[in-house]
Amino acid sequence: MNNRLPKQAGEWIDRSRELNFTFEGMSCRGYQGDVITSALYANGMRMVGRSFKYHRARGSYSMAGHDAHAMLTDGVRTNIRGDQVSLESGMNLRAVNTAGGLKRDRLNITERFSRFMPVGFYYKAFYKPRWLFPFHEKQMRKVAGLGAINANNAPTNSPKDYAWCDVLVIGGGGSGMSAALAAADGGARVMLVDEGLKLGGSLVWQGGGDHGGRVEPLAAAMVAKVEAHENIEVRCSTMAGGYYGDHWMGLFNGEKLTKLRAKSVVFATGVIEQPAVFGNNDLPGVMLASAAQRLMRLFAIKPFEQAVVLAGNDDGYRATLDLLDVGVVVKAVVDLRREDDVLSTDAMAQVRATGVAVRMGCGIYEAQARGTGRDRIGVAGVVVCPLNDDGELDAKRCETIACDGVAVSVGWTPNAGLLYQSGVRFVYDDGLEQLLPDVVPATVFVAGRANGVYAWTDRLRDGERAGLGAAGCLGEGNGEVGEGQDVGGRSKVAMSHGYPIFEHPGKKNFVDFDEDLHLKDFVNAHQEGYDNIELMKRYSTVGMGPSQGKIANVNSVRILAKLNGKTINETGTTTSRPFYQPVPIGHLAGRRFHPMRHTPMHDWHKQHGAVMFHAGAWYRPEFYRNGSMSREDCILSEAMHVRKSLGLIDLSTLGKLFICGADAGAFLERLYTGHFASMKIGKQRYAVALDETGVMIEDGVVSRLSEDRYYVTATSSGVAAFYREMQRWALVWGMDVTLINATGQYAAMNLAGPKSREVLAGLTDVDLSNDAFPFLGTREGMVAGVQAIMMRVGFVGELGYELHVPANMGLRLWERLMDAGAGIRPFGVEAQRLLRLEMGHLIISHDTDALTHPDEADIGWALADDKPFYVGQRSIAVMRKQTLERKLVGIRWEAGYSGPLPEECHLVIDEVRHKMVGRVTSVAHRSTLGYALGMAFVHPDMARPGTKIDIRVDGGAMSRAEVVALPHHDGEKQKG
Amino acid sequence: MPFGLIKFGLSKKYSEPRMFRKVEQPRDAYDVVIIGGGGHGLAAAYYLANECGITNVAVIEKGYLGGGGTGRNTAIVRSNYLTEDGARFYQKSVELFQDLSRTLDFNMFYSQRGHFTMAHSPASLRTQRWRAEVNKHLGIDSEVVGRDFIKKMVPEIDLDCGGHQPPIHGALFHPPGAIARHDAVAWAYARGADRKGVDIFQQTAVTDIEIEGGVNMSGNVGGRVVGVHTDKGFIKAGKVLSAVAGWTPQIQRMVGLRTPLTIHPLQAMVTEPLKPWLNTIVVSASLHTYVSQSSRGELVTGGSLDPYELTSTRSTLEFAEGLSGHLMDLFPFLGDIKVMRQWAGLCDMTPDFSPIMGVTPIKGFYIDAGWGTWGFKATPVSGYAMAHTIANDADHELIKAFNLSRFGKFRLVGEKGAASVGH
Ligand SMILES: Cc1cc2nc3c(=O)[nH]c(=O)nc-3n(C[C@H](O)[C@H](O)[C@H](O)COP(=O)(O)OP(=O)(O)OC[C@H]3O[C@@H](n4cnc5c(N)ncnc54)[C@H](O)[C@@H]3O)c2cc1C
Repeated sequence: MNNRLPKQAGEWIDRSRELNFTFEGMSCRGYQGDVITSALYANGMRMVGRSFKYHRARGSYSMAGHDAHAMLTDGVRTNIRGDQVSLESGMNLRAVNTAGGLKRDRLNITERFSRFMPVGFYYKAFYKPRWLFPFHEKQMRKVAGLGAINANNAPTNSPKDYAWCDVLVIGGGGSGMSAALAAADGGARVMLVDEGLKLGGSLVWQGGGDHGGRVEPLAAAMVAKVEAHENIEVRCSTMAGGYYGDHWMGLFNGEKLTKLRAKSVVFATGVIEQPAVFGNNDLPGVMLASAAQRLMRLFAIKPFEQAVVLAGNDDGYRATLDLLDVGVVVKAVVDLRREDDVLSTDAMAQVRATGVAVRMGCGIYEAQARGTGRDRIGVAGVVVCPLNDDGELDAKRCETIACDGVAVSVGWTPNAGLLYQSGVRFVYDDGLEQLLPDVVPATVFVAGRANGVYAWTDRLRDGERAGLGAAGCLGEGNGEVGEGQDVGGRSKVAMSHGYPIFEHPGKKNFVDFDEDLHLKDFVNAHQEGYDNIELMKRYSTVGMGPSQGKIANVNSVRILAKLNGKTINETGTTTSRPFYQPVPIGHLAGRRFHPMRHTPMHDWHKQHGAVMFHAGAWYRPEFYRNGSMSREDCILSEAMHVRKSLGLIDLSTLGKLFICGADAGAFLERLYTGHFASMKIGKQRYAVALDETGVMIEDGVVSRLSEDRYYVTATSSGVAAFYREMQRWALVWGMDVTLINATGQYAAMNLAGPKSREVLAGLTDVDLSNDAFPFLGTREGMVAGVQAIMMRVGFVGELGYELHVPANMGLRLWERLMDAGAGIRPFGVEAQRLLRLEMGHLIISHDTDALTHPDEADIGWALADDKPFYVGQRSIAVMRKQTLERKLVGIRWEAGYSGPLPEECHLVIDEVRHKMVGRVTSVAHRSTLGYALGMAFVHPDMARPGTKIDIRVDGGAMSRAEVVALPHHDGEKQKG
Repeated sequence: MPFGLIKFGLSKKYSEPRMFRKVEQPRDAYDVVIIGGGGHGLAAAYYLANECGITNVAVIEKGYLGGGGTGRNTAIVRSNYLTEDGARFYQKSVELFQDLSRTLDFNMFYSQRGHFTMAHSPASLRTQRWRAEVNKHLGIDSEVVGRDFIKKMVPEIDLDCGGHQPPIHGALFHPPGAIARHDAVAWAYARGADRKGVDIFQQTAVTDIEIEGGVNMSGNVGGRVVGVHTDKGFIKAGKVLSAVAGWTPQIQRMVGLRTPLTIHPLQAMVTEPLKPWLNTIVVSASLHTYVSQSSRGELVTGGSLDPYELTSTRSTLEFAEGLSGHLMDLFPFLGDIKVMRQWAGLCDMTPDFSPIMGVTPIKGFYIDAGWGTWGFKATPVSGYAMAHTIANDADHELIKAFNLSRFGKFRLVGEKGAASVGH
C-alpha cells in the first residue's frame, strides 16, 4: 500500500524512487522524500506509537516533530523521531516502549489504574517500608524510559566543521526567504537554514495563508531566486539547535555539527500550531490542521475520508478548503468563536458556499473512539456542544457527528526557543492571543509569523525589513537593545483562541501528550499549592518530555492563569534552553581528537623494551624490561646502576620556560619564594611557587643564563597551568618580561651516576672540573656537536648533568650518550622516583596536597622572608603565628623487616586514641639502601627522628615504621 | 498497588490539601527570618520548627521554592569525602537522607545506586585510596576497587576508553552513593515547616538587612541584626539566616561581611529517557565527567565548573561538545542517543571546596553558603545544623570547622580532591 494523491505542487516525495521498509513486522512502501511518519500514513498506519504512561494509541499529530508520538527503533538506533527522519530503503522499524508490540501493547493496562495515579502520585507512595523502595523503584524504572540502548553499537565518528556568515536567516519560509534576498541584495553574505527537506516553509504546505489564489508559482519563483543568488548559501534539512551568545550557533544536519558565527541573525522561525484540549483529544485521527496540510501538500496523502474541523481562527477555514480540495468530506466546521465576534472572511464565505455545515460558538466535547480498550486506535466521531457565556461547553446540548478525523486549528505560538536563548523577551498580546517579541537585542531580528505578522504580503515585507536591518548593522550594535520589531504588519485579528481548553469530566483531556498529563492533573497540582508556573512545571512534569513542551506549554500557562485568576503575562513562562530538538551525543562529540605527546626519544624507548605509561598527554618510560626480571627487580636494578655507575633518563616532558626581559629577575623574585635577581650568571637555584593562600603549587630549577635571560624548569604535569598563571601575573604586575613556554621545543635528559663526568667529558669542550662547573652550575655549550644547556643537578642524589637541547637534536644526543660506553643504561620514571625519595626530594602534588604550605613540607628554608613580596607571603606570615598541624618526615623500616608494608596514601593511626594522625605520601618497598623507606605527613609531635608510627595497611593490619631525618641517602644534594 | 494510592481511586473528589499555605503579607516581626527558599533554607526552617521549637519563622524566597541550585543540580548524594570534618558532616547528611522520605512523609526517590570515581592514573588512584582510608576509619563504606569489579558492576563501560584516554586503573567505590529527586526535597521540607506554622513567601526578595551597631571603632564588622527589608516591607527579626548559595555575595554586601566566595557557573545536561541500563553513578575526575540514570530513564550528566567567574546561567556549546566526547570515551555506544536539554546554575565556590556555615561577627546573622557544586547532598544536615546553631547562637558540633573565621586563620578544610568533579 502506498496511497497518494495526484501530484501536488511543491511535494517533497520523489515518485520515481519507491522504498521498501517494515514497520512492526509489516511490509510497507514509501518514497524518497518521505519522512517515516508520512510513509506510515500512506500505508494506512494510523497508530505510530503508544503514550508514555497509559500506553494509549497515538497517531501523527504535528507532522513536524513538535510531538513525540512516533518514537521508533531500528534495532541499532533508538528514539528515532518519525517526523524528522527521512525514510530509507530497508528500514526495519518498531515503536519503542511497548510490551508485545504496538498493536497488543500489554502495558495499556496501566490506564485502568489511572484513577489511582493522580499528578505526583509517586511522591505519596512506595517509600514505606524503606526496604521496599528499591523493589518499587526497579519496577518504575522498567516502565519509565522510552527506547533501550544497544551497548554493541559502534562508536559514531562524525566530523565537525565551522562556518560563518554576515547574516544568518533561520527559517526558509516566505519571510525568511524575503529576508535572505533583501540582505543578500544589500551585499551581505547570507546563510539560510531550514529544518525541512526543501525551502518554502508554510508557503508550500499552507499555500501562503491568507493568499487567496494558489501561491505555488510565486513560492517556486522565490525559491529559485534564493537558490540562484550568489550571496546566499542555502542549507536545508539543517536544524539550528542552540543559540549561544554573540551569534554562535550549533547547526545539525543529521550527519554532523556545524558551528557557525554570524554577525547578525534573522529569526523567521514561524509558529507552532497548538492543540485544543477536549475528551480523548489524543486519539489517532485527531491532528493539527497544519499536520493534515503537511500530509496533503508535502507528501500527497489524503489525511481523512470524513473530517470535522475544529476552528478558532481563519486558518481553520483555509484548512477546510484544502481538505475539500483533495476530496475529503468535511462533515462540519466547529468554530469556537461566536458569530457576532468574527468578521466574515473570504475563506469563511468560500467554505459556507460549499455547503459545509458551520457550527459557530461550539466546541468539541469529546472525540469518540473506534474500537475499545487498547484497540481504540481511531476516531469514529465527535461530540459537539455549544459554548455558554462562561466559555464552557454545555454538555447537555450535544450533537454527535460521525467522522474518521479531526483537524484542529485553534491557534499558534511563535517557534521561540532560539529567540529566548538569544535574549529576545516576549509579551503576551491579549488581542492577538499570542506571545510577541517585545525586547530584542541589537543585531537580532524577528520576521514573519514569529513576529505576529500573518498576512502573506505583510510577511514578505516584514522579512525584507528584517533582512535589510540585519545587513545594515553588521558587526555593530553592541548596544543592549535593538529596534522594535513591530513595524505595523502584525495581525489585527486573533489567529489564536484564548482558551481552547474544555473539560470532559469522564474522559482524559490531554494537555501534555508526552507526559500523559490531562487537565485534571493541573487542577489537582494547583490545589496542592503548585500554583506558580515553575512549581507547576516541576510537580506535574509538563514540558519535560521529549518534545520539551512545544505543544503543551502554552495551554499549561493558560490553565494556570485561569486557575489563579491572573493574566498570561502575570503568569509568565518557563525558560527555554538548548536544544531546539534533541541532538545526538555523537554529533556533539565529533571525532574525539585527543592530543598525545611523544618525546623525541619515544621510539628509541619502545625499541629498547620500555614499558610506557600515560603522564597527562605524554607517554613516558616507566622502566625498561630486562630479560625475565620482574617489574620491581627491573626498577631496583636501574636505580642501583645509577648509584654505582651511570644511567640516562629522558626528561623531555619537563616544563621548560625562558623568562627574558629587563624585569625578568624581578618577576621571578615575585613569583617564587627565593632570591633570583641577585643570582650570578651560570648559577641555578631550586625554586618553589605558592598560591596566594600560601599553598605550594609548583617547583623547579631557575638558572640564570645571562643578565636578562633565565631558564626555568617546571613539573611535567603542572607547567601548562603554571605558564598561564605566569602570564596572568605578568599582566597584573605590568612587568617588562617575555615568557616563552619551550617545553615542546626542547628535549632534556639527565645523565646521572658516578661516571657521568667521565662520559660527558668525552663529548664536550666545556670544562667539567668541579671548580669550573660546580654543583648547581648551569652552562651553555656544545655537547656531541649540539648546542645544549647543561645543568649540574642532584635530584637523584648522584653526580649528574641535565642536558637540554633542541628537540630535533634530542635523539641524536641520546644515542651518542648511549654509545659512549662506560656501561651506561637507561632508567625510567619509577627508578627516578625511588632515587629522589632516597634523597628526600618531594614531588609537588604527590607528596603535597591542595593545602600543603612550605613549613609543613619542611622547605621553609626556601622562603626568603627578607624580600618585600612574593605570592603567598602575606598568608605565610599569618600561618607562621600558629602551630603547625603536620609535618612531612622520612620514614623507614628495619632491614629485613618482613611485616606488611603500606601503599601510598595509607594512614598513620594513633591506635590508642583511634585517631588519624598522618598519611604516607611516598613509599618504596625496596630501595638501594636495602630497606623499605618513604615519606609521610605526621602530627608534629611525632616528627622527631626515632619516633615509631603505626600505619594501617590494606585489610586493616598495622605496619610500624620509624621516623628518620631526611635524606635517607647522603648523596649530592639539591638544596642550598 | 501500594496502599497510599488506593484513596485516590476510591474518593470522587481530589482531597489533597495545599502543601504550603499561601500567606499574602508577612507579619511585622518573626523570631527568625530565613533568606532563600532553596533546600537549605527550607530544611533549616523545618528543623527550627520541628526540633528546636522555634515556629515563629519566615522563609523569604525571591523566586519560587527550589528555583536556585536546588532545582538545577544533578542530585548526587554521597559521603566519601577526604577530611575528617567533611566526611563526618556529609555522612550525617546521608544518614538523614536515607530516612528522609519517611521522616517527611514524601517520596523523594532517594535511590542508593553505588558511586564510582574512576581513576585513569596511578596518581588519581592514590587520591582515591586516601579517601577510602579516611572513610573507612570513620565507618563510611568506601573501597578502592580494581578493573574486574568495575566491569562487573558497569558491564557497558569501556575501561580502556577506546584508546582516546588513559585507561581506567581502578576506582573508588562508595556503595551508599545515591541520587534523589531534588525538587521533592525542597517541597517536602517546605510542607513540613509549613505544618508547624512557618510562613513561606515566594516571589518576595530581601532587599537589605538592617544592622544596629555595624562597623566598630577598629573597622571590624560587628553589631547586631534587627531585621530585613523586603519588597513587601520591613520585617523585624533578631535572627537572620542567609541561605542563598549562589547569591551570597549580594547578601554579604548588605551586611558588609567579607568572604572568599567566587561565583562560577556549573553546567549539566540530560538525554532523552531510556530504558534502565546504568545502575550506578559513574564519575571520572580525569575526564571531567559524571553520569547517572534518573528514575525517569534520562541520563543526567555533567562535568566540572566553568573556569571563570560569571553570574549568568547560560549554556555553552563547548560544554556540550566536550562532555559528549568524554561520555563516549566511557560508553562508546552512546553516539546515537540524543541530548534533550542543557542548563547551568550558579555555584558559590570556596578556596577549599568546603562550605561556610555558622555564626558571624554580626550578632544574630548566620551564614550558610559556600555550597559550590556539592551542596545538594548537604541539604538535610545543613538545615539540621543551622537550626541548632540559630537556636543556641553557637556553632553546632558538626560545623565548627566550617566557620567563616577559618579563612583568616588558614584552618582550611581541603576537599578539592573529593569535590571538584564528583559533586
Ligand atoms: C549543574 C549543577 C549540578 C550540581 N550537582 C550537584 C550534585 O550532584 N550534588 C550536590 O550535592 N550538589 C550539586 N550541586 C550544587 C547544589 O545545587 C547547590 O549547592 C545547592 O542546591 C544549594 O542549595 P541552597 O538551598 O543552599 O541554595 P539554592 O537552592 O540556590 O537556593 C537559594 C535561594 O535563595 C534565593 N535568593 C537569593 N537571593 C535572595 C534574596 N535577596 N531574597 C530572597 N531570596 C533570595 C534564590 O532565589 C534561591 O532560590 C550542583 C549544582 C549545579 C548548578
